[in-house]
Amino acid sequence: MARKSHVQTTINGETVEFLCESRQSLLEVLRDELYLTGAKEGCNNGNCGACSVILDGRLVNSCLVLGVETEGKSVETIEGLAEPDKLHPIQDAFLENAALQCGICTPGFIMSAKALLDSNPNPTEHEIRYWLAGNLCRCTGYDKIVKAVMDAAKEASA
Amino acid sequence: MAEKKEYKVIGTRPIRHDGVDKVTGRALYGADFQMTGLLHGRVLRSPHAHARIISIDTSRAEAYPGVKGVVTAQDLPEAEDRVADLGEGAVNLKYLCDNILASDKVLYKGHAVAAVAATSPHIAEEACTLIDVEYEVLPPVLEVRQAMEADAPLLHESLKTTSMGEAADEPSNVASHIQHKLGDPEKGFAEADIVVERDFVTGTVHQGYIEPHNATAHFNQDGQLTIWCSTQGAFTVREQVAEILQYPISKIKVVPMEIGGGFGGKISVYIKPVAALLAKKTGKPVKVLMNRADVFEGTGPTPASYVRVKMGATKDGKITAAEAYLAFEAGAYPGAPVGPGAMCIFAPYSIENVVIDGYDVVVNKPKTAPYRAPGAPNAAFGSESVVDEIAEKLDIDPLEIRLLNGAKEGDRRADGPIHPRIGCIETLETAKAHPHYTAPNGKKHHGRGVASGYWFNIGLESSVTINVNSDGTINLIEGSTDIGGTRSSIAMQAAEVLGIPAESVNPSVVDTNSVGYTAVTGGSRTTYATGYAAYEAAQDVKRKMSARAAKLWEVDEDNVQFADGEFSCINGKEEQISFRDLCARLGETGGPVVGSGTVNPGGAGGAYATHVVDVAVDEETGKVEILRYTAVQDAGKAIHPSYVEGQIQGGAVQGIGWALNEEYIYDDEGTMTNASFLDYRMPTCLDLPMIDAVIVEVPNPGHPYGVRGVGEVPIVPPMAAIANAIYDAIGVRMTELPMSPDRLLKAMGKI
Ligand code: FES
Ligand code: FES
Repeated sequence: MARKSHVQTTINGETVEFLCESRQSLLEVLRDELYLTGAKEGCNNGNCGACSVILDGRLVNSCLVLGVETEGKSVETIEGLAEPDKLHPIQDAFLENAALQCGICTPGFIMSAKALLDSNPNPTEHEIRYWLAGNLCRCTGYDKIVKAVMDAAKEASA
Repeated sequence: MAEKKEYKVIGTRPIRHDGVDKVTGRALYGADFQMTGLLHGRVLRSPHAHARIISIDTSRAEAYPGVKGVVTAQDLPEAEDRVADLGEGAVNLKYLCDNILASDKVLYKGHAVAAVAATSPHIAEEACTLIDVEYEVLPPVLEVRQAMEADAPLLHESLKTTSMGEAADEPSNVASHIQHKLGDPEKGFAEADIVVERDFVTGTVHQGYIEPHNATAHFNQDGQLTIWCSTQGAFTVREQVAEILQYPISKIKVVPMEIGGGFGGKISVYIKPVAALLAKKTGKPVKVLMNRADVFEGTGPTPASYVRVKMGATKDGKITAAEAYLAFEAGAYPGAPVGPGAMCIFAPYSIENVVIDGYDVVVNKPKTAPYRAPGAPNAAFGSESVVDEIAEKLDIDPLEIRLLNGAKEGDRRADGPIHPRIGCIETLETAKAHPHYTAPNGKKHHGRGVASGYWFNIGLESSVTINVNSDGTINLIEGSTDIGGTRSSIAMQAAEVLGIPAESVNPSVVDTNSVGYTAVTGGSRTTYATGYAAYEAAQDVKRKMSARAAKLWEVDEDNVQFADGEFSCINGKEEQISFRDLCARLGETGGPVVGSGTVNPGGAGGAYATHVVDVAVDEETGKVEILRYTAVQDAGKAIHPSYVEGQIQGGAVQGIGWALNEEYIYDDEGTMTNASFLDYRMPTCLDLPMIDAVIVEVPNPGHPYGVRGVGEVPIVPPMAAIANAIYDAIGVRMTELPMSPDRLLKAMGKI
C-alpha cells in the first residue's frame, strides 16, 4: 500500500488536516477523505468542469490537482458558498432561473461563475459563454444557466 | 376533462423543492454514497471488439494485497433463454446477463469480463491488470449494411431473423424485420408529380449524461440485498437484478439516489448486479463506479443507422405516398429502437399510402440503449430532409407544405393507431407566425431551415401516497426518480387539487420498499403519469377530508363541498373550514389522513415539435455556426413552464450536438478512438445562442390537466432542421451525420 502524506490546508476558511496518497487527486481527497461530495466527478480528466473548485483564488478542475499540492493553500468549494441563513446570489439566481435539471453539473457551474464574477463583475453574454465553456451541462442547453449568471451579475452590481 | 381553465398553481414557476440541496452541493448522488467498511469495485473490460474467451485466470489478482474478491460470469446463475419485460420494453435474459459479464464471447471493446473488489479504487484498478484472459480474436462487424451481408461474421450463432413473426432457418446478424403498410404505396407514387428518394447515414452517439454510472450494494446476513444507485427507475433495477441473480424481488431493496442525467441510458443495469455479486462474495458493501471511458465504451449509445426515404407529391404539394427503409444498429445484442423509429417517421403527416420496413441488426459495438425519443431522430433526419427537398422543388414554403399535409385528430398513423387530439398544426402555425421565421435571412452562406418531429409518449404505472400534516402541508411520496424537476411538476398537481401552494407540498422520491410500483422515468411519462397518480392521491385526500368535515359538522358527506382550499357545508348549516384548519383537527375526527393514487393511464397523447434554425457556414473551415434557434412544441399543459422550456432547450441542444459534432469514431479493429469528453465533442455554451423555447398548449384529453410528455420530442427535429438550413446556406444536401467540418468541406468539393 502506498504511503500516505500528511497535508494541512484551508478549506472554506477552516484549517483542515488530512492524510492522502500522493496519487490521490484533490477531487478524491475532497470526496472520499473529507466527505465534501459537492464537487462531482464527470470525467476525471479535466474535460467537464463538474469538479470545479477555487484554489488560492483561481478556478481549477480538482481532478487535475493532487491532494498533496494543496499544502498551505486555500480551497473554496460549493459547500462553503452559502451563509448559514442565506444562499449566495449565484445560487439564488440558479434557482430563480431554473438553471438546473439533474443538477450534477450545478456545483461546478456555480463555482466557475463565482470565479468569473469575482474577476469580472459585469461580463457580457459572450464573456460568460467563453468562461463557462469548460463546464459541460447535458440537460439544459445552457440557456437558463447563462441567464442565471447574467442575473447574478446584475444583482451584484445593483 | 381537460378544458381550458384557470389554475392557481399549475402554470406558475415556483422554486423547485430539491433546489437548495442541489445548489449547495448537499444533494446526494449515487457516487456520493458512503458507508463504513466500504470496498471499491472495478470492472475489467475487453480490449477486443469481437473475440471468444478461451480462459480467465483470476489467481494473480486474488493474491494482490488489498483485493477482497474477484467475480466473472461463472459467478452468475445460468441464464434462461427467455424474454422478460423489465422497464422500457422486452429484454432477452441471456443477452442481458452476457452483457453484465461476458460468458463465452466478448462482442464489443469495453464488454465487461470480470470485476474486482478491493480496499481502494486504485488497488482494484491495479488488480484488474493482473487478471489473465486468453482470447481468440475474431473479425468485427462495425457497420449495419456490412452486418446485413450474407457473408458477414456472425455475432451470435443462434440468432435467426424474425420477419413479421416468423423465424428464418439460417443464423444472421439481422435480429428482426418489421413492416407497416397503409393504403397502396404503388398507386400513391403513381399519382405523384414529383418523387424524391435519398439515403441517409447517422453515426453512433451517446446520451452523454455528466454523471457516470454507479452502484453500491450490500448483502445483509439475512439475505437482504440493498442497492444504492443512480437510475431512471428503482423498480426496473430491482426487477433486472432479481432476474440476473435469480433472487426474489422481496429480498431486494433499491434506493434511488439523486441522478445526474439519464436520457434513457440509465434504465438498463450494467454494474449494479456486479456490485451485488462482489458484495455477496466479500460480505462487505461494495461501491462500483464507472469512469468516462467505461461509460462511452461499456454503456448504451444510441444506434448508428442507414435510412432510405422516398416520398411523392402532387404539384400543389399534397404528399401522395411515402416509403422508408430503416436499418438500425442494435449493438452487441438485439433491441435497436427501430420500432419507435417506424412509429414516428411519417407521423407529422396525413399520408394515405405508406410502407415502412425496419431492421434490427447486431454489430460489434456496445448494446444500444434508449436515448431521448429513441429511433425517432434517425428516422426524422431522413423524412424531414426529403419533405424539405420536395417543398423546395415545388417552390412551396417548407412550413406551408407541412401545414398542407399536417396530421390531425382522426388520422391514422402508419403503424395503426388513430391520432387523438394532437397539436401538430398548432405548432406549425405558431412557428410560422414567430418573428424568427419572418425575420430577414439573406446574407451569403447564411441559411434557415425548419423541421418537425413527433414522439408518441408513454403512460405506464405510477403510485403516489400523500400524508397530511397537521399544519396544512402534505408529504408526497413517489417512486419516480427526479431528473429534471419532476418533484415540483408532480407536487404542483397535488397542490392544485387541494388548493394549497406548491410550497406546502414536500415531495420525496423513496426506495422500492416505501412506495407502490412505479415504472421508469422515461418515455416522457413522469409529469404525465406520476402527476396523474398525484392528482388521484390528492382527490383521495380531498374525499377523506370531506368526510372529516362532515363528521365535525354532523352532516352527511354529500353535504360537504370543497373549493379554493375551503370545505363548506351546502345544506342549511353555515359551516366553513379551510384545508389548513381541518388538517389540525384530524386527531379528533378519526386520526391521520393518508391518500393514495395508482394509475396505468392509456392516454399519453403524442407530442409534436417544429424547430426553426439559422446557420452560418464557414466556407474555409466547413464549420457550421448556430445563429438563432427557435423550438416550438405542444406541451398539452405546461405544469411548470420553466422546466418545460428546459426540456425543450436541452433536447434541442442534444440534437444540435448530434447534428454537428457527436459520433463514435472507430478504428478498423473496433476500438472507439474518441472515448473522452475532449474528443467526443458535446456542445458547450460557447457553441450556442439562446434557445427560444415556445410552448403551445393543446390539452391532452388523456390527463386531468391536459398534460402531454415533453422530454423527448425536442431532440427529433434538430438534425434535419440544421441540414435544411445548411442547404439553404450553400446549396448542398447533407445526408450524413454528424455534419462535421470535414464532411461539409467534402460536400462542398473543397477536399
Ligand atoms: S471531473 Fe474534473 S473536469 Fe471532469
Ligand atoms: S443539469 Fe444535468 S448536466 Fe447540467
